[in-house]
Amino acid sequence: MTARDLLPIAVAVALTALVPLFVTTNTVLNFLVLVLIVALAAQGWNILGGFGGQFSFGHAAFFGTGAYATAILQTRFGVNAWAGFALGVAAGALAGWIIGYLSFRSGLRGSYFALVTLAFAEVFRILANAAEVTGGAAGMLIKLDMRPANFQFASRAVFFWVALALVAAALVLTRGIECSRFGARLVAIRENEEAAQALGVDTLRTKLAAITLSAGVTAASGCLYAQYFLFVDAQIAYGTWISVEALLAPIIGGAGTAFGPLIGALSLHALGEIAKLFAGRVPGIDLALFGCLLVAAVAFAPEGILGLARRTRPRLKPAAG
Amino acid sequence: MLVAESISKRFGGLTALNDVSLNVKPGSITGLIGPNGAGKTTLFAIIAGFLRPTAGRVLFEDRDVTTEPPHRRAQLGIARTFQIVQPFAGLTVVENIAVGAYLRHPRRADALARATKVARRVGLGAELEKPAASLTIAGRKRLELARALATEPKLLLLDEVLAGLNPSEIRDMAPVVRSIRDEGVTILMTEHVMQAVMSLCESVYVLSEGRLIAQGAPQAVCEDRQVVEAYLGRGAAARFRPAGAALA
Repeated sequence: MTARDLLPIAVAVALTALVPLFVTTNTVLNFLVLVLIVALAAQGWNILGGFGGQFSFGHAAFFGTGAYATAILQTRFGVNAWAGFALGVAAGALAGWIIGYLSFRSGLRGSYFALVTLAFAEVFRILANAAEVTGGAAGMLIKLDMRPANFQFASRAVFFWVALALVAAALVLTRGIECSRFGARLVAIRENEEAAQALGVDTLRTKLAAITLSAGVTAASGCLYAQYFLFVDAQIAYGTWISVEALLAPIIGGAGTAFGPLIGALSLHALGEIAKLFAGRVPGIDLALFGCLLVAAVAFAPEGILGLARRTRPRLKPAAG
Repeated sequence: MLVAESISKRFGGLTALNDVSLNVKPGSITGLIGPNGAGKTTLFAIIAGFLRPTAGRVLFEDRDVTTEPPHRRAQLGIARTFQIVQPFAGLTVVENIAVGAYLRHPRRADALARATKVARRVGLGAELEKPAASLTIAGRKRLELARALATEPKLLLLDEVLAGLNPSEIRDMAPVVRSIRDEGVTILMTEHVMQAVMSLCESVYVLSEGRLIAQGAPQAVCEDRQVVEAYLGRGAAARFRPAGAALA
């Protein structure tokens, strides 16, 4: 990874960081924070699904584990919120490793893997809804105490910047994967697992590393969600909404690219808001729109918005020798 | 270099390989021929680690590798190509080859440099940045070869790298195969193109219906009665011999 690889990320993040200086309405900042949270979850999915071709339908399992872990550690054990955040990420990554180990070891691929991840997320949701430690169906509140030491900020702009910093970290991580041997092997597995094996790729190890990283990033998004809304329940943390958004955003934006999940998350939510604005009285209109978008993306732009942009624009960079 | 000891492989009631043994000497080009369905690809898959034999052992450099998975064998120095070419379709030619090169060169710059070198070697130098999916069948065969070669193997298993190529493409490819051997890579190849086998291989094993029916120098093997019958049907050897037709 060279400075040139990181330049687009630095520029994009720097420009985005200026937004709260011009936009001060809470509605817009709320919207942007939510977009960043979804983008982060999608960035996690993108590592495993976009680069590794292992389509998970259950990233809620990791999002929720992160959210619940940080909430439980703070409210039940009095752990500091920042430490809780780190532990939440670790708990999510561990969940990823376990689910990965169980499914990849038995050779699950394609739709079977997708179904197993979906099943895990659903099991987690039902357990969280019933268990005492998670507050059951009532969910749990994180005590309001607006201090930066508690990962709580009086200003939405500050929270925006914290979320942006995490998204930026995930961007750098993704770019690092893109430029590394690990990334090349992951993509090789996506394209043809058997051929990858023949070239000396330990496919189990590579996939396990991918799902662990992927789950960790998505868990970070879950922790962020818990800190922002200071409330977690099973429907939110382990609900299918986040599994769907985590995979929809990269697919719409461009799976297997660094910026795809961000562009996807922003476009999806922008369109969702516009739809609510014009047809607000129709319940679920934004979700119906998401569905149509997915169909359109799969049919007309299998490489997402980024792929579409690349195809319609002549290549600027001549082929490197 | 490579020793297969009494390999048998059964798929349910079907015996694909029955007590097959072979020995590939270091620095040789050894051929494995036989009619369609003889078990050549199955034997290849067993040597490369993609299938476990029902009975028998595979020894590589005097080490029992029968239970080692494919990626471990690649690390030890066994590389294979696939009869049905398996390019990473979404990647460019050089990225395809780099996946192989990463095995011995963890750094990206080294792997790409190595991949570029291997690409030039097999005649893909002009197509480095093209998507692998855009290559012709001859190009894809070269890509298979290049990827395997990029892992810097000691033993290269070529599964019909010449099949599907036209005569002029075969003429281009054969010297490449020979030059790889001349650089010290031992080669075991299956092939349908007999002309290539005759000119390239020093020693040939013939499989038919899962059994080894002949082995030896290519010329001698082609005159073997059992071999001729396996290819052309029972009685063919007797019918052809009086006419004095060249059986090769």
